[in-house]
Formats: sequence, structure tokens, C-alpha cells
Amino acid sequence: MASENPTSVEYIKHHLQNWKVCKTDEGWVWNQCQDAGFWSINVDSVIFSFLLGALFCFAFWRVAKSAKVENPGRWQSFVEMTFEFVDKSVKDTFHGKNPLIAPLALTIFVWIVLMNFMDLIPVDLLPWAADKINVLAFGAEPGHTYLKVVPTTDVNVTFGLSLGVFFLLLFYSIKVKGVGGFVGELTLHPFSSSNKLVQIILIPVNLLMELVGLLAKPISLGLRLFGNLYAGELLFILIAVLTSAGIGGFIGGGIAYMIWAIFHLLVIPLQAFIFMMLTIVYLSMAHEDH
Amino acid sequence: MSIDLTLLFTMIFFIGFVWFCMKFVWPPIMATIKERQDKIAEGLAASERSAKDLELAQAKAADMLRDAKSQSAEIVDSAKKRHTEIVDSAKDDARSEADKIKNGAMAEIDQEVNRAREQLRSKVATLAVAGAEKVIERNIDESANNDLFDKLVKEL
Repeated sequence: MASENPTSVEYIKHHLQNWKVCKTDEGWVWNQCQDAGFWSINVDSVIFSFLLGALFCFAFWRVAKSAKVENPGRWQSFVEMTFEFVDKSVKDTFHGKNPLIAPLALTIFVWIVLMNFMDLIPVDLLPWAADKINVLAFGAEPGHTYLKVVPTTDVNVTFGLSLGVFFLLLFYSIKVKGVGGFVGELTLHPFSSSNKLVQIILIPVNLLMELVGLLAKPISLGLRLFGNLYAGELLFILIAVLTSAGIGGFIGGGIAYMIWAIFHLLVIPLQAFIFMMLTIVYLSMAHEDH
Repeated sequence: MSIDLTLLFTMIFFIGFVWFCMKFVWPPIMATIKERQDKIAEGLAASERSAKDLELAQAKAADMLRDAKSQSAEIVDSAKKRHTEIVDSAKDDARSEADKIKNGAMAEIDQEVNRAREQLRSKVATLAVAGAEKVIERNIDESANNDLFDKLVKEL
């Protein structure tokens, strides 16, 4: 909150601002990074994505360590349910033999679900708490603490994931098909001709089309997740603005918030599932040798 | 909203988490699930097998029961036969024994009768002699009378 009584626009802008640290001419500074370019870090995204990923690893690792064949506990059953769901998805789609795919899919699914679930924490709760801590402990001015708690509303996080998948896709394409095979796939499809001269003319056209298709994969993957969650978060913020509009606004906003949260319960696992499924599909395509 | 260093952090985390999951989380839990599936399959097969065994055992028991029944019937039959045999032989024995006793008794009786007859004969002879002596006290010719008496005795 830039001022004591922020306008709606200020409130929304404030909520969409990351907690940032960036490199300027005077060294690394906090929260003054309007034009910092590449050399800045969204501290909140980094912290929350790391904590949630670590939570996933720790929780599942504990189950893995004490997994019982007979009489599994409730938590183990839940983990195994997730495992079997992911394993089935992978086996239905991916027919090669690669021990990386299933753990990769599991990590993507659970991590994204956890990050998306941060959306269901009331939009003001954590930023308000962070503001209070910052004011009390570090003497900052009220309203100058920024915190975005949903890592998947940060385009850097979603692209970090999708680029990771993209590099794996390139790696396995080259590993399975060889450099020649991969380049051939990019240049000899979809238009091919038995006439050498015509083929040479067709190569740039093919390359252009296939490159666009190839690059569209990570971009669509990252932007889909980002767009869905960003829109969801924005709507939560707008509803939060509505609750400040008198008693009617408060009740209406509360109801709207609840309805949107219930709808979001569907979006959260769905987006994680889509990301996971597309990852499996892309990697399975990378493993197919024509 | 721009691409910055956060992306690199996320990618590093991503790689780290996937590596951790692949190394420490996926294999043990998958192994547990597999082991349980094997165990369940094994248990089902065992139960099927034991059901079959039970059926076999029941059939065998029925067979044995039938055998035992027929055997016991045989035994009872033979026992009955033996019983009649024993009774018959006992009857025969008793009869022959009775015959023997009867014969002995008959022989004894005959003997007694003969002996009595002899005694009687000799008694009659002496009586006759005595009677004759009395007669003879009157009649002297003893030798003629003796012949007469001998003839009389023989007739007895």
C-alpha cells in the first residue's frame, strides 16, 4: 500500500509487485527495480518455490524411507495414490524406457500443485504479515513491503519449468535420433519431394515451420500455466477490492471470493495435470524415431 | 514482469528436485508398491491353490469313507458268517457228544442188563437147585435130575 489509504489501482499494483532485489550502479538494492532488466531476482518467487519444492521432497522422502508393504498408513496411501496416478499417466503415454520420465512427471505435478495452492491463501494475509514484520523488525515504512506468494504467477518460474522441459526435449531428441536425425526432422517435414532441387527449396520452409512448432512448445507450456494462475490471482485481488466497497460489497465480495476459490480448486490441479501431461507427451515425441 | 535471474534459480531448483525425486523418492516407493502387488498376486494364487487342494481332499475323504463303509460291511458279513459257522459247529459238536454219551449210556445199560440177566440166571439156577434139593430129599436120583435142571437153566 503505497499510501495509508490506497486507491484501488494502487492496491492492485501493489499486489502485483514482486519482492525484488536487483543490481544497479550502486550495487544490489531492494525494491527499486523498475528498469533493472535481467540482473534482478524475485526473492518471493525464489523463496516460495524453493520451500514448496523442498516440502514436496521432504514429505515424499519420509514416506519413501519408512514405506511399509503391509498396512500402509494414511499418508503413505495418499502418496502411493499420487504415485499410481502419475505412473499410469506416464505408462499410458510414454512407451519408451527412461527412468527419468516418471519422477520428472511426479515432481512437476506435485510441485506445481503446491505452488498453485498458494493461491487459496487469502490474498492479503501473507503480504500484510510480511509488511508488519518488516515494519516492526527492520523499521521499514508501512506499505513498502512487496510480496507475491504464488510462484506460478511469476512468468520466470513457469518459464524456468518449461525451459527445463525444453532442454530435456532437445537432449533426448538428439540422443535418440542423433544430430542428423533431429535436423532431418526439422528440415524434411512436413513438405518433402523426391526431386532434389525441389527438396532444397523446401528445406527453409520446413525449417521455419518446424522451428516455430518447436519453440511454441516451451512458450505455450510456460504461458498457459502463468496465464491461468495470474488471471486467477488477479481476480482474487479484484474481489478483495470489492470487499472494501461498503457492507454490500463486503458480503458480495465474500461470496464471490468463495465461489472463485471453489472454482479455483478445479483449476489448480488441472493446470498442474496439463503441464505434466504435455511434458510427458513432448518427451515421448522426442523419443519417437521415424 | 520481465525475464530475469529468477528463471535461473527456478531451473536450478527444478533440476535439483527432479534429481532428488529420481534418486531417493521414486525407486523405494515404486519398489514398495511392486512388492505389495506381488504379494497380493501370490496370496490370491495361494488361496486358489488351497481351494483346489481342499476340493481334492474332500473327494479323497469321500472315497475313503466309501471304502471304509464297504469294508465294514464286509467285516460284518464275514462276522455273521463266522457266527453261523461257530453256532453250527457247536451244534454238531453238541449233537455228537450227546450221541456219544447216549451210546455210552446204552452200552452201560446193556451191560447192566446182561449182568443182571447172568445174576438172575445163576440165582435162578441155585434157587432151582435148592428147590430141586428139597425135591430130591424125596427123590434120590440126583444125576438124572441134574441133567433136567441143566436143560432148564439153559432155557432161561
